Amino acid sequence: MKRWVIWVPLLFFVLLAGVIAWGLYRPADRTVWSAMVGKPVPDFVLPAMIPGKPGVAGADFRQGKPRLLNVFASWCVPCVAEAPQLMALKAAGVPIDAVAIKDTPGAITDFLRRNGDPYARIGNDPHSRVQLALGSSGVPETFVVDGRGIIVKQHVGDIRADDVPELLQALAEAK
Amino acid sequence: MTAETGLAALWLAAALAALQVLLAALALRRDDGDAAAAIRAVAIVQGALSAIAMGALIAAFLASDMSVALVAANSHSQKPWLYKFAGAWGNHEGSMLLWVTILGIAGAAVARFEHRLATRTLVATLGAQAVIALGFFAFLLFASNPFARLSPAPADGAGLNPLLQDPGLAFHPPTLYAGYVGLSVAFSFAVGALVTRDVGPAFARAMRPWVLGAWVFLTLGITAGSYWAYYELGWGGWWFWDPVENASLMPWLAATALLHSVTVLATRDGLRAWTVMLAVVAFSMSMIGTFLVRSGILTSVHAFAVDPTRGSFILALLVLYIGGALALFGARIGTVRQGKLFEPVSREGSLVANNLLLTVILGIVLIGTFYPIVAGAFGTQLSVGPPFFDKATGPIALILVAIMAAGPLMRWRRDDASEVLSRLFLPLAAALFAGAGVFVLGGAIGVLPLAGVALAAGLAVASVAPLAKRNLRRAPLHLWGMVVAHLGIAVSLAGMAISSAYTQETLVAVGIGQPARVGDFTVRLAGVRPVVGQNWSALEGRLEVTRGEDAEPFVLRPQVRYFTDPVTTTNESAIATRWDGQLYTVLGTLGDDGRWQLRLWWKPFVTLIWAGGALIAIGGVLSLVGHQWRRFRLGRRQEGFA
Repeated sequence: MKRWVIWVPLLFFVLLAGVIAWGLYRPADRTVWSAMVGKPVPDFVLPAMIPGKPGVAGADFRQGKPRLLNVFASWCVPCVAEAPQLMALKAAGVPIDAVAIKDTPGAITDFLRRNGDPYARIGNDPHSRVQLALGSSGVPETFVVDGRGIIVKQHVGDIRADDVPELLQALAEAK
Repeated sequence: MTAETGLAALWLAAALAALQVLLAALALRRDDGDAAAAIRAVAIVQGALSAIAMGALIAAFLASDMSVALVAANSHSQKPWLYKFAGAWGNHEGSMLLWVTILGIAGAAVARFEHRLATRTLVATLGAQAVIALGFFAFLLFASNPFARLSPAPADGAGLNPLLQDPGLAFHPPTLYAGYVGLSVAFSFAVGALVTRDVGPAFARAMRPWVLGAWVFLTLGITAGSYWAYYELGWGGWWFWDPVENASLMPWLAATALLHSVTVLATRDGLRAWTVMLAVVAFSMSMIGTFLVRSGILTSVHAFAVDPTRGSFILALLVLYIGGALALFGARIGTVRQGKLFEPVSREGSLVANNLLLTVILGIVLIGTFYPIVAGAFGTQLSVGPPFFDKATGPIALILVAIMAAGPLMRWRRDDASEVLSRLFLPLAAALFAGAGVFVLGGAIGVLPLAGVALAAGLAVASVAPLAKRNLRRAPLHLWGMVVAHLGIAVSLAGMAISSAYTQETLVAVGIGQPARVGDFTVRLAGVRPVVGQNWSALEGRLEVTRGEDAEPFVLRPQVRYFTDPVTTTNESAIATRWDGQLYTVLGTLGDDGRWQLRLWWKPFVTLIWAGGALIAIGGVLSLVGHQWRRFRLGRRQEGFA
């Protein structure tokens, strides 16, 4: 046996310890990223959440124009925080559809009256089935979908003011 | 007062561990006979004190003393007493205290009972043991004090993770820890032998019972843990390659390799450097296992996330012990004389091949477990799951089984390949017969399950072959141990292969009174009613099951349990065990249409997996008792001659 072979285990262990130390001190990013980015929006049909606004279906995203798909709920506090940004995006001409998770028509109507209504369509997803199919793990989450129905970007958490240019950029690239 | 008594005992034990290190250094440097004599007494008292500390913590949990922060955070006055008891180690601080307690008791046992080893080596061993203990004492006293008080004391505690509220799991951690700590003793022996340059058969014989014992505990722990995950988590699988499962599998793989190489060193004086290396690796794996579970570095279903301070403390210990031991190994192993040589085709040769394959599997599991962290370093989020581990380890494990069947049929030192083949005729025939039988009668199954069934049959025949032509009552007990343990592997392998190939699954939504089918069972949901337990309420399904056409029906009652403190829901599966497998049922949620989700599995021969695990452990115990008994009788005989 060559002399240097004896030191290989120590070298391997030092590398391992380095990796562990890095893992221990890295910024805790526990975000669950969807496996759906780069894949088509799943086929689904959700009924309308509130009267006067249509429900959402997977087919709505294959109309040739990029859209945002926002997963939200009236009981979700960060959703209130992101509402102004969604209104700004709507004002910039971005079509936005929504999936409302575990919610009631009354609560949604209230929510939209207080925070503004940026949505073209709102689908009712009482058991989070569509949310799960999208690979979304919480509210709010926003997906950028291109004209062919492919999810090109996922935004986890509320949209802050500085996220808006990034989303607009993604939408522009998706054309 | 109880908590203060425990804390005082912990400080005293730590002080004695420090004294033990000093005494060892003195005894080794100056050949001080008094220091060598004193170190045994110190080790015994240190073990007793750590046991007192653990006892105090258990007493605080049993009395529901909510002024102790740990009790308030992890217990509840309404909890059944068994879980109050187990709650003492069902948390971070308590489990670390349990670790150090078992370590202390093991050190005391070495000091009290080990009389054949050269004094210098024993002193060095106890010194190494005390260094390990000292690190853990420091960790407990400075980073996670289990006896910290809480003021004001809350009216009641926060409870215990309901998933952990299960008698099997209450005794799971102590079993695994006993295994981990047994490996720490083996590690100390290896360090002791390196320090005194005394790597030889005497050292191997002193180390062997600890390795065997540790291996038995690890086997039991893994088997029980697998069965627990199977019936408690409600997903119907028995192994998921979860980091925490891997944390117990990796030391087991290393211990299995060590067990075989230490036997070669003890009886044939071969594989010296390799045995020392494996002892270091085996303990490294138990430290890394503890680290994985306790640092929160990997997210897992078990996730006992803790702050990075503790993680870095354990990491520092890890670097100190393992790095130190590997550096000592590098510096000293060159001075260890080479052991006896052997031909490639020999019992030793097959053991080396098996050890290498075990090490490769260990490497794959280690890399797979840490790969997500490495990938994270390069900005990619991913998880490594069963598909990778199954594909990567499966074929190697099957080769391992094939060599394992041949090994015990070979002679020590050197053997003839064609003779070995002729001895393997019956096992080969059994494997071909079983493989062909499954292929013809069982339809198309995957290559791996088919090879698994064939190899299991071959291994079963090869395992009992060493008993052939022997007087069974005269055959030594440790030979029986090997036969039973190898047979256990065959039984487990058969269970894994058959259940993975032939499991049938049904997921249905049924209304009350409607039937569902899985395998040849008809399961009718007769009703769902609320039931109440000591600290939970549940919805319980009543399933009326019949098998075949005119068989007697029986009832299964799966539950969905709701715990209030903290709010959690668990699925309690209901399982019917038959001679040829298990029917596994889980009650799901109630849909909008008034129908209940039912998840049904028919798992043929799945029970063989755990029956095999039990056999493996029994084999280990037989071997342990056999070796000790032989040593005892040899000792008596020598006394008689003297």
